[in-house]
Amino acid sequence: MATETVIAPIPTNVSRGLSNRNNRRFRFSLHDIVVYSLLILLSLVFLFPLFWMITSALKPENQIFLWPPRWIPEPLQWSNFQTAFSNPQLPFGRFIVNTLVIELGVVTGRLISCTLVAYGFARLRAPGKNILFTLLLATLMLPRAAILIPEYILFNQLGWVNTILPLVVPAWFGEAYAIFLMRQFFMTIPRELEEAAIIDGAGTPTLIWKVIVPLSTPVLSVIAILTFKDTWNDFLTPLLYLSEPSKYTVAVGLAYFNGQNDVKLNLLMAASVALMLPILVLFAFAQRTFVEGISLTGLKG
Amino acid sequence: MRVTAAPAPKDRNRMSPAARREAGIFYLTVSPWIIGFVLFTVIPMSVSLYLSFTRWNVLTPPVWIGLNNYVEMFTKDPDFYQSLKVTFLYTITSVPLQLIIALGLAVLLNEATIAIGFFRTAFYIPSIVASVASAVLWQWIFNPRFGPVNGLLRGVGLGSPNWFNDPNYALAALVIMSTWGVGGQMLIFLAGLKGVPRSLYEAAEVDGASRLTRFFKITLPMLSPTIFFNLIMAMIGAFQTFDSAFVISTARAGQIGAPLKSTLFYLLHLYEEGFKFLNMGYASALAWFLFIIILTVTVIINRSSKNWVFYSGEE
Repeated sequence: MATETVIAPIPTNVSRGLSNRNNRRFRFSLHDIVVYSLLILLSLVFLFPLFWMITSALKPENQIFLWPPRWIPEPLQWSNFQTAFSNPQLPFGRFIVNTLVIELGVVTGRLISCTLVAYGFARLRAPGKNILFTLLLATLMLPRAAILIPEYILFNQLGWVNTILPLVVPAWFGEAYAIFLMRQFFMTIPRELEEAAIIDGAGTPTLIWKVIVPLSTPVLSVIAILTFKDTWNDFLTPLLYLSEPSKYTVAVGLAYFNGQNDVKLNLLMAASVALMLPILVLFAFAQRTFVEGISLTGLKG
Repeated sequence: MRVTAAPAPKDRNRMSPAARREAGIFYLTVSPWIIGFVLFTVIPMSVSLYLSFTRWNVLTPPVWIGLNNYVEMFTKDPDFYQSLKVTFLYTITSVPLQLIIALGLAVLLNEATIAIGFFRTAFYIPSIVASVASAVLWQWIFNPRFGPVNGLLRGVGLGSPNWFNDPNYALAALVIMSTWGVGGQMLIFLAGLKGVPRSLYEAAEVDGASRLTRFFKITLPMLSPTIFFNLIMAMIGAFQTFDSAFVISTARAGQIGAPLKSTLFYLLHLYEEGFKFLNMGYASALAWFLFIIILTVTVIINRSSKNWVFYSGEE
């Protein structure tokens, strides 16, 4: 069951079974040497682009175009970040604030709406429920590209273009994947807890807020963090709807920066680091939540 | 996907007041999703189906032109064929490559016993980097003169392609770039690998099966549902590639899909028609055609899955 995996820690000692048989706990076999050599090599390959980004972001301009490259710039030019951020045409500070405002609306909206909908699907009986749930799962497969144009037309009619409303409002109407994950989690919460509350005269809002939500922090944080990441990284939606540079998000601002003719590479890399950093910090603090959230994606209930 | 919801009462007319009340609350709680589904999916999709039979530039009312948009797509729009070709080529190269690399990394991680957290993080982190940041970064990594890729290639005497500036290499560069972000798929494979019962391997080992045999006879079949899931998701994603190609091709006054339309993905073409030229009717037709392609491919894979996806019995 998918729901069990939410809480179960990922086992870290999987192949112990094999090595224990011969009681070789500290000796490396040929197999281990191959595995670890590959892992080390590949992890260096995967980390290299990030290293390249950071080291380029700290280079003085005259060290950018050198071959062989200077791996560690001398001196480390931290002022690149300041310079990249103080360009009056590209107010990245402003872009960060813009993005955070959108984040606030999207994350709150998604948590509230999805909790409500998932509770209904997890707990309540009603005719037509199965059809609705199948429909909900079907929308997971719906390519976003298919509704790009009509959605734009709708928001244009409403006069919402060039506001953050097209980015925020849809989040208040639930999202299939989050609803699915939450429903799976809610179904593992013992009903007795709610029954006790009902005897005390609690209504549905109280049940959700006082019983379900406090017990569901694992799944709620998975949804909150993945939503934050997706919104922060989103490019297409803000590109379509936010045409005024003062309203840009960080991602759109960086793309705009990248499109300029006389762009300085070290500053461009500094801005890229700025776009990447908040998500990396979030990852550092919530690594388990990330890993479990993604692992869950592939499991079917 | 198996759906396990409580069965609804069979006789709707004879619901008890309590059951009726419960149903009422159910519809109240799920109403945000129902309203959102109608408002942001059903209505827009129906409207765009209608618009796909019209000529519409947003400023004047739509004019009904029947199937003309679809006819034009196939007969008068070379960019349509180009975008289909680019998207198709990218999908059939990048998707298998992504799956193989993700699976390989997951298998390696599953074999390791120490420092798993470090390696897993190293492989996963690139996939949470914003697509725009990674596009900007890879442009620099593939820089023909000062980028590390060509530095390495020159070092081993393999020449130095112009990558994003050369129509013959630009798409290949995007494919290579896409394999950097396989961390999510890798984690899903890893979760799948943890679900393979250890007893199967032990039994096979007792029978003297080699590591390779165990991989092909146990791991792959047991993992086939996960492969199926990753395959569908990667394909849907590849068909809708936009961010990286858009950011890179439009850099420094470039054209959408540059150089020479070699990275004109389907969605880029759709974006250009709809939002640059305001051919909303034609763009709607493009969107519907893409929807039908994705639907068809998904159904085909789904059908074929009966032959290669192995579901172990009920838990």
